[in-house]
Amino acid sequence: MAAANITTANTTIIRNGYVFDPLNGINGDVKDIFIRDGKVVSSLTGPEIRDAKIIDASGKTVMPGGVDSHSHVAGAKVNAGRLMRPEDHYKSVRTKTDICHCGSGYTVPSVYKQGYDYAAMGYTTVFEAAMPPLEARHTHEEMRSTPILDMGAYMVLGNNWFVMRYLKEGDIEKAAAYVAWMMRTHKAYGIKCVNPAGVENWGWAKNVHGLDEPNIHFEVTPRELIRGLAEVNEMLGLPMSLHLHTNNLGHPGNWEIARDSLMIPSGIEPKNRSELEWAETKESARRKQTLYLAHAQFSAYGGTSWRDFCSGAPELAKYINQVDDVVIDSGSVPFGPATTMTGDGPGQHDLYMITGQKWSNCDVEMECGSGVLSLVYMKSSPVHSVQWAIGLEVMLLINDPWKTIMTTDHPNGGIFTQYPQLITWLMSKKARDETAKECHKWAYDKSSLGGVDREMSLYEMAIVTRANPARTIGMAYRKGHLGEGADGDVTVYDIDPGKLNLNDTATLMAKLARPDYTVKDGRIVARQGEIVSVPEGRRYYCRPYVDDAIEKEMLSDVKDWFKYYTVGFANYPVPDKYLKNPVAIQVNKPLEAEALVGR
Amino acid sequence: MAEILLRSKGSIGIMVEAEVICPDIFAAKKKEEIEELLVWQGPMQLPLAEFFDVDARSTGGSPEDTRPEETSIIIEGDVSRVKRIGQSMKAGRIEIHGSAGMHLGAEMAGGSILVRGDARSWAGREMKGGLLHILGNGADHVGCAYRGSWRGMTGGEIRIDGSARSQLGGGLVGGQIVVAGNVENFCGIRQSGGLIVVKGSAVRAAGAEMNGGTIAVCKAIRQFSPGFIVAGHEENPKLGDMQLEGLFTKFTGDYALGKNPKGSLYCRED
Repeated sequence: MAAANITTANTTIIRNGYVFDPLNGINGDVKDIFIRDGKVVSSLTGPEIRDAKIIDASGKTVMPGGVDSHSHVAGAKVNAGRLMRPEDHYKSVRTKTDICHCGSGYTVPSVYKQGYDYAAMGYTTVFEAAMPPLEARHTHEEMRSTPILDMGAYMVLGNNWFVMRYLKEGDIEKAAAYVAWMMRTHKAYGIKCVNPAGVENWGWAKNVHGLDEPNIHFEVTPRELIRGLAEVNEMLGLPMSLHLHTNNLGHPGNWEIARDSLMIPSGIEPKNRSELEWAETKESARRKQTLYLAHAQFSAYGGTSWRDFCSGAPELAKYINQVDDVVIDSGSVPFGPATTMTGDGPGQHDLYMITGQKWSNCDVEMECGSGVLSLVYMKSSPVHSVQWAIGLEVMLLINDPWKTIMTTDHPNGGIFTQYPQLITWLMSKKARDETAKECHKWAYDKSSLGGVDREMSLYEMAIVTRANPARTIGMAYRKGHLGEGADGDVTVYDIDPGKLNLNDTATLMAKLARPDYTVKDGRIVARQGEIVSVPEGRRYYCRPYVDDAIEKEMLSDVKDWFKYYTVGFANYPVPDKYLKNPVAIQVNKPLEAEALVGR
Repeated sequence: MAEILLRSKGSIGIMVEAEVICPDIFAAKKKEEIEELLVWQGPMQLPLAEFFDVDARSTGGSPEDTRPEETSIIIEGDVSRVKRIGQSMKAGRIEIHGSAGMHLGAEMAGGSILVRGDARSWAGREMKGGLLHILGNGADHVGCAYRGSWRGMTGGEIRIDGSARSQLGGGLVGGQIVVAGNVENFCGIRQSGGLIVVKGSAVRAAGAEMNGGTIAVCKAIRQFSPGFIVAGHEENPKLGDMQLEGLFTKFTGDYALGKNPKGSLYCRED
């Protein structure tokens, strides 16, 4: 039944477009894209061509469907952001149509509006960046209600009692067994580590500030947690690497601890042991990194206080340029209203103390925490202007685009609907200079951005918004490219690469915001910003396995400590019915013979 | 100059959302076009003619001049169940011979609105400019930020000849509000700029959490907010272009919000 929902029109041809498909080394070549039964194929038969739906892309730019590897779009903290901000909703309203739900919300849209807005902008795949285990049901409920998009969620584990206990005891095998069990139990896709050791201390109104500072009670250090979780990640062989939100995030001078954190997993081999059929690509579609740094902008601050605040991005970029085992997403700041939401409870409290804005905070028992705060990034603010510059520096100073992913850490640095604006800054120095003139002078005085001449090409844009996010999170076996066997997710922009006018950024922005076509699984879902069909997306999660005996031992520990939870052991897992169109990715040798679901 | 007369057809059940009643929208439209403008009533969209008799006429000047500035809307009858009249208006004039519904002149940026009766809650919500003059009484949330927002009125002027109720000028950033009568609770809550003058008295906690701007209450504040300290005494203070009479005590606050608040609260002695 699940499969019936995603059945697509049989064949589709996207004709004569300028194709940008970096994983296949295609850089603006005029090509036809053939899609049969939702998958890209190299050719179609005569009758299939005759019956195919033809999209004329002559003179237009064709890219794989957009992939957002770090966004906050589902779960308890997202909903807290909606609840505490009525003012975010009443001026941003979407009316019901024959096929679409109504919706509201600017920085934190309702689930329906979120799905439509992403699809209208050419994105087809979005991953939720922080799912607390206890809030997994809520996260899956919201993902289930999000239309069109393929989704998955990373589970927050950096302050989990069991992980901290096992890593303190040096029992990496049991830590891996626990993580594997948790991912299967809560249907999680990857491991997220937020302010390791620090959020646990927040229960005592404290934080940690150094990589070797042990936290209260567990006496485990951020370094032990980062190293341990990175090792567990590769022991299990998960599709994506450890995803890290560094300590001291959002504090002046934090670039150093960020760089030192990036060094911790050095030497670990990336291993993806998922059992999957890989679509054809010319370049390797497998990740090279063992650490994926979240929203680098918030971790690339120089200075010692807000008075001498400056960019630390050049130093951080210098390190990343030297290594091959790190990928970052930018978490850029495009100015305007935002709602910050993170598992970093103490970090959010610090932001509340600075801004005095309304703020909500939560301790997730035994697992993690979170905070939510409303914020407006203003060009008149010296600090915000530098944050804007840093968010672009981290993209432009890291030379290899295969180490960067463009995000706003939606809705923390900005809103995902501001991506077109962000792209114009990355593609045009003139656009950056013009914005810098409107900003506080710190924007260029306290960063190196003014001296950066690099302008990204459409090919590089396709890397940082499609190919690389997909590869980094292990989804390039089907997403982020247009090789044979890939999902038929395609974006057609009304942009002629030969006539690209970077002086007219307003037009470019409008064309990026409203692609001519968004195609998902071979079916047109959006046409010039209007939603024309609403298929149900897939939900990806991993099912890693470890040795039976270790799992039994680990489970007896878990049951022993379960008395500290306010939920019963039997009620802890997320039942299958919470997922629509689930795609379970088997990792490591599966002990149970279970067919892949919904391929 | 064009004048459009709207005559209420009688009592209204479910409240009507009529942000289309606005000079910017009426300008250059014929009577028939105005009659066909749609308003929401509950789940239904209905033409304006369902609720009003429309009459349009030219009143001197050039009949070709159909700019919003040259457009007046006269409303006759009780429209206290018609919401959002004059919302977001930028120019022109609205005169209401009766009482107006909620959100009158919300987010208005220019032009003027005159109400000869009372106005329900949220009059002048998040107003940016222009003049809103209520000859009767205002209700709650006059010139206030909407739910959840911390930025209320940013410019323009609201005059109330009668009294208003709670949260007048909540989150006020700029502009001025003058009330001839009394206000109730939390007048100027979270104010950061602008001026509020209350010629009568306030019930409770005027200026709570204010961090800037000025409030003057010419009679008593029954329950004074605790976060204010005396900054001096002034005889006949002049606040903006308002000349007040009598001896006032000036307070600074609200210290409940921070260490260095810049709000001023004047209260007449005696």
